[in-house]
Amino acid sequence: MFKRIWGWIQRFSSPKHFYDISGKMIPWFAVSALLLGVYGLYMGLFVAPTDYQQGESYRIIFIHVPAAWMSLFIYMVMAIASAIGLIWQIKLADMVAAASAPIGAWFTFLALVTGSLWGKPMWGAYWVWDARLTSELILLFLYFGYMALQSSIEDQRTADKASGLLAIVGVVNIPIIHYSVEWWNTLHQGATVAKFDKPSMHIDMLIPLLVMAFAAKLFYAAVVLVRARNEVLMRERNRQWVRELVEKI
Amino acid sequence: MLKAFYHLLARDLRLAFRLRHELANPLIFFVLVVSLFPLAVTPNAELLQEMAPGVIWVSALLSVLLSLDRLFKQDYEDGSLDQLMLSPNPLVILVLAKVAAHWLLTGLPLVLIAPLLGLFMYVPAEANGVLMLSLLLGTPVLSLVGAIGVSLTVAVNRGGVLLSLIILPLYIPILIFGANAVDVASDGLSVRGQILFLGAVLAMSISLAPLATAVALRITASR
Amino acid sequence: MNGSEFSWSEFFHMGGYAVFVWSSYGLALLMVVVNIVSPIIERKRVIARVKRAIKREASNGQVN
Repeated sequence: MFKRIWGWIQRFSSPKHFYDISGKMIPWFAVSALLLGVYGLYMGLFVAPTDYQQGESYRIIFIHVPAAWMSLFIYMVMAIASAIGLIWQIKLADMVAAASAPIGAWFTFLALVTGSLWGKPMWGAYWVWDARLTSELILLFLYFGYMALQSSIEDQRTADKASGLLAIVGVVNIPIIHYSVEWWNTLHQGATVAKFDKPSMHIDMLIPLLVMAFAAKLFYAAVVLVRARNEVLMRERNRQWVRELVEKI
Repeated sequence: MLKAFYHLLARDLRLAFRLRHELANPLIFFVLVVSLFPLAVTPNAELLQEMAPGVIWVSALLSVLLSLDRLFKQDYEDGSLDQLMLSPNPLVILVLAKVAAHWLLTGLPLVLIAPLLGLFMYVPAEANGVLMLSLLLGTPVLSLVGAIGVSLTVAVNRGGVLLSLIILPLYIPILIFGANAVDVASDGLSVRGQILFLGAVLAMSISLAPLATAVALRITASR
Repeated sequence: MNGSEFSWSEFFHMGGYAVFVWSSYGLALLMVVVNIVSPIIERKRVIARVKRAIKREASNGQVN
């Protein structure tokens, strides 16, 4: 039983098999991300009512909150994929981790900038050392560290394993960092700072938020597969199947 | 196993004392950076006192960061790291010995000189004890977590900036709680919570960081 | 926007927050476009590289 599952996993995670399957999956992810995204934008910009406190500026959360969720989600994916790569020596998992990092960094960057664009009318300043923004900033540094380590080690296998271990160490640290930043923030900030997520949100505001979050996940799925396919081609470039495939393109 | 630990610890200390001039460098750096602040900002006692915990803690952090290189780099280049990894003793224990030596040579001197810097920065006398205690609990964590970073970058040429990029974000919790403990102590309040947090992080780092370091060395340093 | 007639100019005005709202959405769009275009360019580069390698080996008359 176990052997059969293991064999199945190995067959599925063979680069060639992954390349074929993912090629079929990408259009589905891309199209559904597009449809959901358009629907979410319509709901968020036209249907959702004006917030009675923040006016129209609150509509930034339909970008900011999904981006912030994605930034953490992708880091988790990276760490889990790295752990799989380290423990079971599945090369494909390392490729997924490496392909995820730039996307995660982009989402983190987006969350930071939209957060500060939201903050300007709310706080009167583009940057406030708010717990959430500070955590995002640190997360961006964690992504940069991962990518820098990945690109500065010549040997690909070593680079994968080393940066994978760093991602795992980072994931162990994220809760500690998050907790200490929150704690630090409550010490230094007055109660005047409004929060993004209020305990009770109007349903017409919640729906576009969740739709956009789903769209972002699907978008990530499509892009990470395209990137992982690039990694497969690059790393397997001396294999016969890649040669044959490239001749046909 | 314990014997291997002491053996390696003694060897590292002996080697370090042979290069006595290098031994003092992190310490001098620490004092130098802290004394830049009154020059850059103001010699005003009130303002300095307010900045003191942060300034002293950030300087300690940078000083440890700059000294991390000596943890494995030398051993990697002259091949003695390979021998360590081939030895029958568990690598975790050997890593722990190396980190302990590193802390005794850099962290502990920082702890001992801290009251002098507290004097420079007008830290109230009663907070100086807390400053030392927070550094005593915090600097071993800096060495332990730093060891992970060094072992990941040991084979990278000119890995200095890379090392800081990897390690500094992980140092943030220690910085927050360490500096805050001194800050709160200057106001004469209880710092139990902060000290307990630092202790908890230290316990966690001692048990997990050497493991991660050993794994990292097996990945990067095997030739 | 509620109740009264829908107007595009009011919509783009965003209750006075136009700069902040639209630069956020614009940046998000830019991020999406960059993340679509850059892996596609990367793919072309990888394929071109493999093709070059194949040609080089063919002209050398040897296979790895």
